[in-house]
Amino acid sequence: MSLKTSTHEKFVLKGVISELRKICSQILCHAKQLGYSADDTFAVHLAMEEAVVNAVKHGNRADCNKSVTIEYDVTPEKICITITDEGGGFEPENIADPRNGENIYKTGGRGVLLIKAYMNTIEYNQAGNSITMTKLNSNQSKQNM
Amino acid sequence: MEDVKPRIGIYYAQDATVVTITDEKILEDEDVKALEESIIPLVDGSVNLIIDFSNVRFLSSAVLGLLIRVSKRINEQKGCLKLCGIGPRIFEIFKITRLDEIFDIYEDAKKAMSSLK
Repeated sequence: MSLKTSTHEKFVLKGVISELRKICSQILCHAKQLGYSADDTFAVHLAMEEAVVNAVKHGNRADCNKSVTIEYDVTPEKICITITDEGGGFEPENIADPRNGENIYKTGGRGVLLIKAYMNTIEYNQAGNSITMTKLNSNQSKQNM
Repeated sequence: MEDVKPRIGIYYAQDATVVTITDEKILEDEDVKALEESIIPLVDGSVNLIIDFSNVRFLSSAVLGLLIRVSKRINEQKGCLKLCGIGPRIFEIFKITRLDEIFDIYEDAKKAMSSLK
């Protein structure tokens, strides 16, 4: 039986980071089975970690009675992950660039920058409480060149 | 005895204290907090600190925040913070955030120690 199958799943979980990380591990497991490179899985791992922490700490304000929804598609071509919290949302364009001026000495505020850097696309919903991010399979991209 | 994570090794050299992080991943809030609580007492008084990341394969932005807090504390005490052993994937995180421009980063602990002489 071939392991090279696509996976789509959706989980609604209490906003507890350790529980959400289990879903992230599942996604990485699917990605490895589909032959994603170590660089790709590192990128997805980091982006998910940052997005999950943002959802729980900033979105749900660490209220573990509020849920976080993770929906994902893992196909041989790409990994698409949507993480939604129950917070009021934020305006991504209003986030200060953590690389500029005194911001570089701040102890936080780098999560969104890292997500943008490591994923191929990211989008927020209008409310600003849901991020959808996509990573293309770089092994497949190379084959198609 | 309770297994405290992340585990660190401490080596007191002539010119610096070298902290080696022995875990491959630093993720959990508790890990970051424990690491900070382990490191901060080491920098009380004027001290040079080298943090060796050669075992670390994955970290998140929470660790970057910790490094900035440690760096501020060391600067207040007129000491120096040097980082070393950062693998290419982790170094990319430093480059993206431009923290490679504010931290002194060396290939290994030996080179970091030599820079203090």
